[in-house]
Amino acid sequence: MKAEKENPKQLTEEQENLQKIADKEYKYGFVTDIEMEEFPQGLNDDIIRMISAKKDEPDFMTEWRLKALHHWRKQKEPRWTKLKYPDVPFDDLYYYAAPKKKDAPKSLDEVDPELLATFEKLGVPLEERELLAGVAVDAVIDSVSVATTFKDKLSELGIIFCPISEAIHDHPDLIKKYLGTVVPYTDNFYATLNSAVFSDGSFVYIPPGVRCPMELSSYFRINASKTGQFERTLIIADKGSYVSYLEGCTAPMRDENQLHAAVVELVALEGAEIKYSTVQNWYAGSKEGLGGIYNFVTKRGLCAGKDSKISWTQVETGSAITWKYPSCILKGENSVGEFYSVALTNNYQQADTGTKMIHLGKNSRSLIVSKGISAGKSSNAYRGLVKVSKNAENSRNFSQCDSLLIGDQCGAHTYPYMEIENPSAHIEHEATTSKVSEDQIFYLNQRGISSEDAVGMIVSGYAKEVFQQLPMEFAVEAQALMSVSLEGSVG
Amino acid sequence: MLSIKDLQVSVEGKTILNGLNLEVKAGEIHAIMGPNGSGKSTLAHVLSGKDGYDVDGGSATYKGMDLLDLAPEVRAREGMFLAFQYPIEIPGVNNTSFLKKALNEIRKHRGEDELDAIDFLALIKKQMELVEMKEDLLKRPVNQGFSGGEKKRNEILQMAVLNPELAILDETDSGLDIDALRIVAGGVNKLRSKDNAFVVITHYQRLLDYIIPDHVHVLSEGKIIKSGGKELAFELEERGYDWLLEHA
Ligand SMILES: Nc1ncnc2c1ncn2[C@@H]1O[C@H](COP(=O)(O)OP(=O)(O)O)[C@@H](O)[C@H]1O
Ligand SMILES: [Mg+2]
Repeated sequence: MKAEKENPKQLTEEQENLQKIADKEYKYGFVTDIEMEEFPQGLNDDIIRMISAKKDEPDFMTEWRLKALHHWRKQKEPRWTKLKYPDVPFDDLYYYAAPKKKDAPKSLDEVDPELLATFEKLGVPLEERELLAGVAVDAVIDSVSVATTFKDKLSELGIIFCPISEAIHDHPDLIKKYLGTVVPYTDNFYATLNSAVFSDGSFVYIPPGVRCPMELSSYFRINASKTGQFERTLIIADKGSYVSYLEGCTAPMRDENQLHAAVVELVALEGAEIKYSTVQNWYAGSKEGLGGIYNFVTKRGLCAGKDSKISWTQVETGSAITWKYPSCILKGENSVGEFYSVALTNNYQQADTGTKMIHLGKNSRSLIVSKGISAGKSSNAYRGLVKVSKNAENSRNFSQCDSLLIGDQCGAHTYPYMEIENPSAHIEHEATTSKVSEDQIFYLNQRGISSEDAVGMIVSGYAKEVFQQLPMEFAVEAQALMSVSLEGSVG
Repeated sequence: MLSIKDLQVSVEGKTILNGLNLEVKAGEIHAIMGPNGSGKSTLAHVLSGKDGYDVDGGSATYKGMDLLDLAPEVRAREGMFLAFQYPIEIPGVNNTSFLKKALNEIRKHRGEDELDAIDFLALIKKQMELVEMKEDLLKRPVNQGFSGGEKKRNEILQMAVLNPELAILDETDSGLDIDALRIVAGGVNKLRSKDNAFVVITHYQRLLDYIIPDHVHVLSEGKIIKSGGKELAFELEERGYDWLLEHA
């Protein structure tokens, strides 16, 4: 089944003025001056072996990477989305870049001061977060983790939270058992590429019955020119455990498009719950549509056990192109999958995002709340699949897909797909399209509120259901981000 | 406080206000009456800075400032308030936080401290009594799902909280039953002082039974064709607009 809704072309001129508030320069557009160590351009067996050797990986990893590379050679880049972009010159990319360091820093004192200053500019003062927010931060610049905190406290509980490269060394059994089980290396073009070349990312393991006492957080950042970023994250919540993981990103301004192809795998065993939240603010390109990040992400969670739950929350405001469908495979009986999303596009940004809820287990339930916001000449598509397999007796899904338009040059599209193989399934889908009107803005103006704040308020109000899912500090940050991203969209 | 001289306004080339003059002093209540389409809402919109109107001539001075030069939010922060004929719905934006933001923008502009949540709630509770509004309307999104009467009361509540120097009420009485009308009028009467002024736009005389104006003006085809005291309103009620239009 397929449905498409397009916004009707507006005839009034009223929205024409609505295109003036979003013209602020990207706040995080700077480049840290740290010497980079780079491998040769391009991709072949030797590069893979070099990456693997550099990381001193066990043989099984090297083999896995090579299998992925060989498979990737046979794959075609998917072009079924609404996205328009030139071909990515995969053979001109650098597949590995790391801050040049003889030895890995053992504490913050050892971290390159320039790197720390970068985090300061980004509003991620590590020390402060450590002390004030009680957040453990696994900070990644480019491809190698440079600082990991709070590890001791977590390890007392048996929680493992470390760079995935470290986990490959120290916990090869867990890696062997779970890596690639949710997103196999054959999954899709970008995930396969990631499997071959991933450089770093986070690894989390929560032992049975443990409730992780703090929000785990990781800040990613792309820093080297022409370097693809291939993060790999694996989170395993063992029986009856709970973890909330936050991922936030900003990137420096670049004229060249940069490829980002991350993979995130979540595994929730019986009675376990994983909450995964993202605030994505990579460089979206200039107002004229130059540069910006190409963000092709594969995120998938497996509710493996009975009564398990996985919840994705995402606030996507950045990137020139976003291609991303955080999904849940609801294998366990009574398992629950949730997807809360705000995707905002402005200027020439394009987003094709949504989710897949695959119901395999009996009485599995899923909830989809998607809020698209389009301004400028941007294009914003929701693409979602709800699949109920033959054995998924009494499955339920509710989907709410809303689009908000700012101005009349942007586009919003909704593609809800459904594959229902069990007649007992209960599926509901609602979709709305609305506009930020000049009358609304004037009403708020007349009460003393500036147009910029007015748009921010209207948009935050519209996306409230999703923001409420974010941890408090993140919700505030995300709302601020919305206003910044929309500057210049209203006059 | 407000001085409008020979104001000429058009929309898409069509003249709507055609040489309008009006003087409003602090402490006064002015009623503007006139048939549908005579330009009453246009006047309210132009004074409060809505887009889409071309000022072809004349001037408007507010507290000594060139009013037409100010951004709409600055006019609001300078104490000008418009009670909308058709209040706008803003989904998802909480009525209370919207009003708190509005008040604090105005206070900031005046160099006053922003009110915190506790002080603000105390203020809003007090002013709610003035308009006898149900408390649950505070928790709802701005005007969304409000009945016509509730929207109008919400306008008056906002006026009571923001405490403007110059309030323009655009047909706040239309669509109200007699009880609601009394409440709205009661709100205006409690707020009026020697320091503020009201311009009450109305189609009917009945509101003026409750709000006693100092001056009544009749607007027709974009011009004030007659001004007088409150007795002019009674005369209009008895004789309609036609006798005036014929003599205009
Ligand atoms: N945006 C607009 N475009 C075209 N004509 C308008 C517009 N707004 C008002 N008018 C016209 O201007 C005249 C005055 O309208 P209005 O100010 O709303 O009158 P009133 O409030 O006295 O009923 C009417 O003829 C109306 O049709
Ligand atoms: Mg009117």
